[in-house]
Amino acid sequence: MNQRSRHEWRSLAIVIGLLAVLPLLTKNVNVHHVIVMFFIYASLGEAWNMITGLAGQTSFGHASFFGIGAYAAAVAFYRFGASPWIGMVIGALAAAAVGAIVSYPMFRLRGHYFAVATLAVSEIVFQLFVSWRWVEGATGISVPVAREGLWTLQFHSSKLPYCYLALAGFVAAAAAFHWLANSRIGFYLRAIKDSEEAAMAIGINPAKYKLLAMVSSASLTAIFGSIYTQYILYIDPFMVFSMHVSIKIVLLTVLGGLGSVWGPVFGAAVLIPLSEYTRVLFGGTGRGIDLILFGVLIVMVACFQPQGIVGILRSRGRSGKGGQTRDAKAAA
Amino acid sequence: MLPQLLASGVIMGTVYGLVAVGLGLIWGVMDVINFAHGDFLMISMYSSFWVYTLFRVDPILSWPIETALIFALGYLTYKVIIKRVVDAPGLSALLATFGLSLILRNAAQFLWSADYRYLPDTVVADRRLLLGPVMIGLPQLVAAFGSILMTFAVFYFVRRTRMGRAIQATSMDKDAARLMGVDTERVYAFTFGLGGACVGFAGALLSTFFPVYPESGALYSTLAFVIVALGGFGNVKGALQAGIIIGLAEALGGFYLGTQFKYTVVFLIYLLVMQVRPKGLFGW
Repeated sequence: MNQRSRHEWRSLAIVIGLLAVLPLLTKNVNVHHVIVMFFIYASLGEAWNMITGLAGQTSFGHASFFGIGAYAAAVAFYRFGASPWIGMVIGALAAAAVGAIVSYPMFRLRGHYFAVATLAVSEIVFQLFVSWRWVEGATGISVPVAREGLWTLQFHSSKLPYCYLALAGFVAAAAAFHWLANSRIGFYLRAIKDSEEAAMAIGINPAKYKLLAMVSSASLTAIFGSIYTQYILYIDPFMVFSMHVSIKIVLLTVLGGLGSVWGPVFGAAVLIPLSEYTRVLFGGTGRGIDLILFGVLIVMVACFQPQGIVGILRSRGRSGKGGQTRDAKAAA
Repeated sequence: MLPQLLASGVIMGTVYGLVAVGLGLIWGVMDVINFAHGDFLMISMYSSFWVYTLFRVDPILSWPIETALIFALGYLTYKVIIKRVVDAPGLSALLATFGLSLILRNAAQFLWSADYRYLPDTVVADRRLLLGPVMIGLPQLVAAFGSILMTFAVFYFVRRTRMGRAIQATSMDKDAARLMGVDTERVYAFTFGLGGACVGFAGALLSTFFPVYPESGALYSTLAFVIVALGGFGNVKGALQAGIIIGLAEALGGFYLGTQFKYTVVFLIYLLVMQVRPKGLFGW
């Protein structure tokens, strides 16, 4: 396992190196936009993967953490003129607190009961923000334009800084997930996922570790909410708190491969360009042919490759030359 | 005001209940959350709309067509898609039904555009009943009675018929049922069809007073998730009762706290009840 972990670190470093070059290859602003969204959503997937992929607690409510992070950055600057970095920290802490307070009593709920509860919490948070005057309710907040720079996290002349900001975030998220997955806690979480009773019998406290996974996942999600705000510079509750955001995160991770550091990367690489380009090409009144095809693709992956895109690649690698031995070694 | 609120809450609650019964049957038997459930409802509403527009058959009479159609859609969905994912690990069943939902919703938008469509001149349209201080629209009343009848029909089907007992056995223990000679494959397909039939029927009744558009099933499916979990999985009567509770919560919460909070109340009730009964009000 250790060797596999090291092997994965190496592959991660190579892929990240390639991704870092990607934005430099073009000057097209639309492509840069897709790259930023790709990094943000891949990272959200990594964060969601902690609680669902590792700990097995399906969350349909990550939009609430994303929204809290987004609003923290916006409100910090809009109300107090504070740097988005400060907003980001506050957002992460707030999301962690909400995640802990709300999910701790719900960890007794098993399986789908828990999933529906996360959905309920996220809808409640959504409704509260829609009618909360101090954060401008349903109108949303336009972040005041400020001087460019790292302190204000605003860049107006080019999208390139955002690409690298989001990339840096992605590196942190992927590393955090990879570290967690291969740490002792990661093994505990997988044990809990397989059987909570068995985990308890060998002395693991499920509530403690599920809480840890939820708090890390929530705060990481909030950080990307803040980055999203700084990038779009306008947010309203419908953009950040809606169920669509939660579902998008779920979808891309499961499509890519649940519980694997690569899952969100592959899932986002397929889903984000597709959804961004359909919007550009067809606007809000699109006739939806692309989404029909996308639906067909999702159904096909689900039916024929339950492990997601990662599963397809893994079975390829296994049938290839080196794959067998490498896997056999890793298993040993 | 209170009697009026109670009446409209109960009325919508029965319809929510029927939609949830369909979702809950599938969920209870196969452990699959059908994310396309609301879209089944939407397809039923469209077919009811088109049957009326093209052939002038009133939704009150055409419901057997929609019920049969969505039964077939559910049956087919199982045979083509769900069969392959029902025992798969992780969340692939969820992924598959979500993909199906995308397909159905966007196909509806492609074929019939995103416009709202209404059936303004059905038999029940614009008629109202005055019962003392309470005013009830006839379309809503018919929908409520229909939903209750259909829910009880499903209840007796599951309790009394051979197929129904096979469904119960499969939902309790699939392997044991198979060993007892139950054709679980057939049970699964039939259950998916039956779940579809519930929304097929509900869609026909809803089309008399609810606008028909590609997203018209979305609200119902979100509420159905909550209702199914509140009632306890695979519990038909529980779903009806939980549906009525949610209908009342929506009506009362919407009136006393403001319409923007009506779903907040609904979701809060779910969270609170789950603290006391982690497997739903009527689950075990």
